[in-house]
Amino acid sequence: MTALDEPLAAPAAPTGASAHGAGAAHHAVQRPNDRVAVYIWQAPVRITHWVTAICIVTLSLTGGYIADPFLIPPGGNVMTTIRLVHIITALTFLVSGVVRTVYLLAGNRFVRWTAFIPTNRTQFTELFRQAGFYGFVRSEIPKVLGHNQLAAAAYLALFALLLVETVTGFALDGLMGAEPGATAFAWLRELLGPQMLRLVHHLTMWLILAIALFHVYSCVLVDHIENVGVVTSMFTGYKFPTREEVVESRDGGPEVLEQAAKRADA
Amino acid sequence: MQDDGLYAALVRRGMTRRSFLQFSAAMAAALALPLSYAPRIAAAVEGSKRLPVIWIRGQACGGDTEAFLRSSDPDTVALFLDVLDIQYHDAFLGVAGGDAELARTSAMDRYRNGYFAVVEGSIPSGASGAYCLIGGRPAADVVREVCAGALATIAVGSCACDGGAPAAGSNPTGAGGVRALAGARYMALPGCPVNPVNLAAVIVHYLTFNELPPADLASRPLAAYGDLIHNQCERRPHFEFGEFATEWGDEGAQRGWCLYKLGCKGPETMGNCPTVRYGEKTSWNVRAGHGCVGCMTPSFWNAMGPAYKRLPSPVPFLPNVTVDMVGGALLGGVAGVMGVHAVGMGVRFKRRRMIAAHERAAAVPLGPLPPAVGDAGRRSEPAATVGLAPAEHGAADEADGRPDAPVGREGR
Ligand code: SF4
Repeated sequence: MTALDEPLAAPAAPTGASAHGAGAAHHAVQRPNDRVAVYIWQAPVRITHWVTAICIVTLSLTGGYIADPFLIPPGGNVMTTIRLVHIITALTFLVSGVVRTVYLLAGNRFVRWTAFIPTNRTQFTELFRQAGFYGFVRSEIPKVLGHNQLAAAAYLALFALLLVETVTGFALDGLMGAEPGATAFAWLRELLGPQMLRLVHHLTMWLILAIALFHVYSCVLVDHIENVGVVTSMFTGYKFPTREEVVESRDGGPEVLEQAAKRADA
Repeated sequence: MQDDGLYAALVRRGMTRRSFLQFSAAMAAALALPLSYAPRIAAAVEGSKRLPVIWIRGQACGGDTEAFLRSSDPDTVALFLDVLDIQYHDAFLGVAGGDAELARTSAMDRYRNGYFAVVEGSIPSGASGAYCLIGGRPAADVVREVCAGALATIAVGSCACDGGAPAAGSNPTGAGGVRALAGARYMALPGCPVNPVNLAAVIVHYLTFNELPPADLASRPLAAYGDLIHNQCERRPHFEFGEFATEWGDEGAQRGWCLYKLGCKGPETMGNCPTVRYGEKTSWNVRAGHGCVGCMTPSFWNAMGPAYKRLPSPVPFLPNVTVDMVGGALLGGVAGVMGVHAVGMGVRFKRRRMIAAHERAAAVPLGPLPPAVGDAGRRSEPAATVGLAPAEHGAADEADGRPDAPVGREGR
């Protein structure tokens, strides 16, 4: 589709068709139990993931001090330093967010926006099947290479919350007279008033932390169940499903297998 | 009183040339103009007639009037406001009843489009305006009338700007600000009370430049309301150094440390209190040891609370709940659910392992079995694979796990 979509350049079958194509291809898979390395997470996605993780921790700690400076006894210009760290981290996070957004628009099929927003029936039912798995209603986990739809929904909420945090953060920075927040978000300060702005900024932090906690837990759990290297994939970019799993996955298909083979040859 | 101009009136009230020039310099400062503008301001004031003012009060405590009346030793600003040609102000009038009404209407006729309308207090719209009557008529009607003939309308004090205290909470009288009733030339000077310096500065700006000073989205003059109080506060170094008073009267409070933790709203409020100060320039609230309450922010009674805490409660009707309680509970709840979930998952994994082990144990002595044994058979593959010799278990697992990967792998 785009230059960034390199792992999937070859096949004619569009993403949506792979779910149906999978059934037909089922019996055709050679050596179904062999494991293949499938490149899922592109490098900038992995980097922004860890940058975001570090930023969230740093921003939460420094923000916690700014909101209620009780942890550190006076001595030295602590508030200056911590606010500076908070702002620099926020700017780092902003850059990382922009990069991730580019990949949301133009990344490969596992990281693009289509992986997050359910657009067809298969994706919707997958959301409920995954929820059923967590709820002990189903024993099987839906077959998927990238994000399952429940996780995707959680990350979509996370993206929205991070956006709220960014906007309110820069609006608050604008309160101090710092541009561009001072002019760009004057309307938001008018709308909410500074106290509500701070309340939203602070409460959203807790929501983000809650989602982050859920994320860590579900990743470890799914890593344990799927056994394809979910956690390590965020470092290396690769997951190691069987050939059959690749073909049968909702976001997989024969073309992904082909691509993986090509990558292995190269 | 003879009208021979502002300057003559000031001199008659005892202002010296020296203090007049100081006043001009102070006005330049209050308007955020370079000091080089002081002579121009002096010349403009000298050449001006006494500006007619009609001062209307709605639902107000009178604090804005008090702010410049109650000077034991009137400073130049108080003198300046004093010598303005105040044609009507219900607290200053020597007459009452119909004569008072006549004073206002005749002034409006005489100085049509040539007077300043100053409005203090909120204007109620509830009960057809019956909550506040001026001469038996709803205040809204009178204000609209007065503003229509005015050169400009200045709302003084927070109540006149956005309804203030009468509009707080459930707003029983339907109080609101003056903006809707005023014409295009409108200026808001919020504050509880307004700082008389800012009122004088706006009038001086008008006399000097023949227009109102530049304003922000809420019509507040940028010169006075363009910077954060926190940025001008004398306690700011303590803020930067993490030195905070944590209780009223504690050591930090006695040493003049920052009042941030006691709910000071200086970091969120635009105003010039720290630089122009109150009470003949002696002090302002943070200097006096009380945090800023944010009175210059629109709708501050509702929007800036609580006065002595940093953040309001996120839960309606539970004012003592803090955002960290809610957030902590949320995070703790998520962690708790996960803990329980992890135990549940552990139980499930264990059961599957036991089933798989049982299958193997049962299968080995009996040799190949027909398919579908008990409940586990529902998930297992043809039993032939289960019955393989232990050495081949690896391969068996691969085959075994094919349609149901989790079970097969967990069985290992
Ligand atoms: S006392 Fe208030 S305005 Fe002054 S530095 Fe502290 S928080 Fe800011």
